[in-house]
Amino acid sequence: MARVVVDVKLKPEILDPQGRAVMGALGRLGLAGVADVRQGKQFVLSIDGDIDDAKLADINRIAESLLSNPVIEDYTVRVEA
Amino acid sequence: MSPRIGVVTFPGSLDDRDAARAVTIAGGEAVSLWHADANLHAVDAIVLPGGFSYGDYLRCGAIARFAPVMEKIVDAANGGLPVLGICNGFQILCESHLLPGALTRNDHLHFICRDQKLRIENNSSAWTNSFEVGQEIVVPLKNGEGGYVADERILDELEGEGRVIARYLELNPNGSRRDIAGITNAAGNVVGIMPHPEHAVEELTGPTTDGLGFFASVLTSLVTNGRVTV
Amino acid sequence: MSMDTVGHATETPTAEQPYRELGLKLDEYDSIKNILGRRPTSSELAMYSVMWSEHCSYKSSKVHLRQFGEKAPKNDAMLVGIGENAGVVDIGDGWAVTFKVESHNHPSYVEPYQGAATGIGGIVRDIISMGARPVAVMDPLRFGDPTNPDTRRVLTGIVAGISGYGNCLGLPNIGGEIVFDSSYQGNPLVNALCIGTMKHADIHLAKATGLGNAVILYGARTGGDGIGGVSVLASETFDADGPAKRPSVQVGDPFMEKLLIECTLEVLHAGLVEGIQDLGGAGISCATSELASNGEGGMHVWLDRVLLRDHTLSPEEILMSESQERMCAVVEPAKVEAFMAVCKKWDVEAVVIGEVNDSGRLTVEWHGEQIVDVPPRSVAHDGPVYERPYARPTWMDARQANGPENLARPTTAAQIQQTLMAMVGTPNLAAKTWVTSQYDRYVMGNTVLAQPEDSGMIRVDEVTGRGVAVSTDCNARFAALDPYLGAQLAFAESYRNVAATGAVPLAVTNCLNFGSPEDPDVMWQFERAITGLADACLEMNTPVTGGNVSFYNQTGDVAIHPTPVVGVLGVIDDVDRRTPMAWDEDGELIYVLGDTRDELAGSEWAHAIHNHLGGLPPALDLGKEKTLAEILVAGSRDGMLSAAHDVSDGGIAQTIAEMAMRSGKGARLWIPDNFDPFVFLWSESATRAVVVVARSEEMRFTEMCNARSFTAIRVGVVDSELGSIGDQVLQLDNVYGETLSVSISSLHAASEATLPALFG
Repeated sequence: MARVVVDVKLKPEILDPQGRAVMGALGRLGLAGVADVRQGKQFVLSIDGDIDDAKLADINRIAESLLSNPVIEDYTVRVEA
Repeated sequence: MSPRIGVVTFPGSLDDRDAARAVTIAGGEAVSLWHADANLHAVDAIVLPGGFSYGDYLRCGAIARFAPVMEKIVDAANGGLPVLGICNGFQILCESHLLPGALTRNDHLHFICRDQKLRIENNSSAWTNSFEVGQEIVVPLKNGEGGYVADERILDELEGEGRVIARYLELNPNGSRRDIAGITNAAGNVVGIMPHPEHAVEELTGPTTDGLGFFASVLTSLVTNGRVTV
Repeated sequence: MSMDTVGHATETPTAEQPYRELGLKLDEYDSIKNILGRRPTSSELAMYSVMWSEHCSYKSSKVHLRQFGEKAPKNDAMLVGIGENAGVVDIGDGWAVTFKVESHNHPSYVEPYQGAATGIGGIVRDIISMGARPVAVMDPLRFGDPTNPDTRRVLTGIVAGISGYGNCLGLPNIGGEIVFDSSYQGNPLVNALCIGTMKHADIHLAKATGLGNAVILYGARTGGDGIGGVSVLASETFDADGPAKRPSVQVGDPFMEKLLIECTLEVLHAGLVEGIQDLGGAGISCATSELASNGEGGMHVWLDRVLLRDHTLSPEEILMSESQERMCAVVEPAKVEAFMAVCKKWDVEAVVIGEVNDSGRLTVEWHGEQIVDVPPRSVAHDGPVYERPYARPTWMDARQANGPENLARPTTAAQIQQTLMAMVGTPNLAAKTWVTSQYDRYVMGNTVLAQPEDSGMIRVDEVTGRGVAVSTDCNARFAALDPYLGAQLAFAESYRNVAATGAVPLAVTNCLNFGSPEDPDVMWQFERAITGLADACLEMNTPVTGGNVSFYNQTGDVAIHPTPVVGVLGVIDDVDRRTPMAWDEDGELIYVLGDTRDELAGSEWAHAIHNHLGGLPPALDLGKEKTLAEILVAGSRDGMLSAAHDVSDGGIAQTIAEMAMRSGKGARLWIPDNFDPFVFLWSESATRAVVVVARSEEMRFTEMCNARSFTAIRVGVVDSELGSIGDQVLQLDNVYGETLSVSISSLHAASEATLPALFG
């Protein structure tokens, strides 16, 4: 069983009100000097068998068409051992 | 024979009944379309209603966009079939790339339900031809993820081509860029709008009956275009 | 590892069992042994411990709640009474309405968002298990001191939870309350009400009749949600080296609930179901024992067939799990396939977990081993019944003697103006828009009236216009001063609010929020409140159809104010005739109906300005309350009234201010002669309303009031000429010899600013 992690983040130019709200809270909780907070999502896929190139291509396709919205989000794919 | 207007129900759609009611009051025949049925049943136009399809999980409209019925709708829309996406429907249209841009979390982070003043900017689309340009209407707005965003180039293109069909007045309720409340595609048959015209069709239950104009428009448009004979 | 089977229990009668840790008393444990004729298995012990808990068995309240049945007025409108999931009322034209209010207080203090969200989920499932489509929700909420930081944590979470869950379900939120009192600081009250509609033929009861019928569990998978003390058992009988089990907070999935609603209504309308039950507190234990009890026979359950989210759960944990969004249906064998097909259509998982039999027992097996064998009624209905001691508290005399007579009152026009601005912006009276705009009020397209109107009104029949109106009310300060009268005043206010919108009050639900039943002071308050409410319902011919009790709302030894929330439901023939609260046309006359006396004890003025609570609540004449309601309904029906608004918290001043702010139009008003202006404006005498009458209707209306000997005093006339467009004015004459002028926009600003400033 292989684990593939897909991280999805808002593109830098997109307003992230949730990240901003978190940043405000950090200040109130005493963590100083935080310049920015961006909130994203992580998908952990548990997949049968090995992750070969074909499988990786499939995962990238899914990441681009379903897991992220390329209009406003970027993604990265990472295969865990 | 009344024009047949399809209203799609996805798991989690909420305002499908209300859209059907609006179609009926406007004089059309509302036809219920099921998300898993890849068949448009010869309807003359389609409404993608408001709600929380798939619970808004992943992203609003992201899962609904892959429903079997959507493949057919995308094809038909590209062929000129009038499609109106209301709120969640607008989100689905953007996720399907029938319209540019995306809808994001309201900038103030709360769900907001209010009677919203709008200005109609374009009355040549299939869904807005019964309004005057510059006409001010009041229609309920209710969403948590209604902030319209797109890159500057797209926004300029929309403005330049007159494809913004409605704009927020007096108050921008969700942080939408350029106060955009609704847009249309280049051909003018696909319209996405964040507020809910289907909730402004009866004096008894809505702030006005201004919403009827959207549904009346498509009926007129269908007759004019010869898609339907009356 | 050994399973504690029925056989094993029989063979090891003296085995030590952690009944105390599970919340059972020794006599209750002995009682279980008597019922079974042996010691219970660990699974049976778990079932009894949860089903016999206060929350599920109502053991401290049963003896008093009986009054609602004993004193029930003979009313043909009741189709289903107390005892079923929710009461059902006939509203005419073949339509029936079910409504109920429930509490989710303690979970909402721990995890405000999920506590409130799952509270809505629970009450909505109660409604669909009656065969009704849920059509609206309302939320009576009570919080601590508005400036306390923890109130912010609790309130914002709860409002977000109601918004997130309710909006996603597609239910309009049409009313409720937001009340602040330090009494609730450690014990916020989250009561959730749901209204459902159906045709008479669709009413379904929770029965399991028919030998061989399948028992189907459908909805979300079962996980470790809400499992508390049962972990004690789990660690006893299972792998002691397993990961530490903590009670997990119940997390709601509104999308699953929406699918559950549609799926359930479809199987009900297709006639595929014999009995149905939702899974709430005590999960599968509750659903199976209740279904089996209400039927004629018994039931056998194969617990290992339950679909799990967490495969490490022990059978005890599965029985106790409070995972959300699950229902149980009893289906004839021939219809099981069709039932499953509907579930598949809606992507709802379903599995047959049991079968109805005539054994008279509820038996549960786990991989072939019998782990439960009990008489179902003993679990679900014949639990312990306590007669908790109660006595009038020794401090009541002092509290009632400490009236508001010596509190400094305004005596000049300037002071009246100051008081008005202060009162309009005080948190309990301030506009609740910041909260209510987070709720969808439009979905389903049948909302005719919603907050801040007096009642929430829903159109039920789109052809005839028949509709229902509901209001929830409780002035807990009045109940603290006199629980009997306080409960009656809560009922009267709700009754009046329904009538003010033009609907005829028909039935009552209640959510009784009190401190610990082990405290005789609290028990006295409870007994008095129930008696007061039962007496009032009998006199007014509006039966109690069901309700909820929430005990143990206290911090240490300090209980909350007794808070008997009352919900009244009324019917209106045609929603088109409803009476809104805002005046509209210049020249319309403004009348005060009812008698104003010097009754400031427990008032919002005494609370907000002087932080005072003492004296006796306002007097109540139920006969007069009925007359007022008749006037309001007739006035609505016959088109005599343009607007109406009840008088309650904040007195006439608040009522008029709210009408003015809602309408945006000015008016010329005067304090009638022979009244002290302050008393007239802020007294909270019961049985009053402010109404607006067109000149052409005035004579007809006043004649109607005279004929019923009901006081009607003209106090003003709508007049937009006093101010300019966009800057309207209320003018108040005869205020200690002077005339006051108040801009409506300043009232608006003061009223709307408060909540965003505190919680935005």
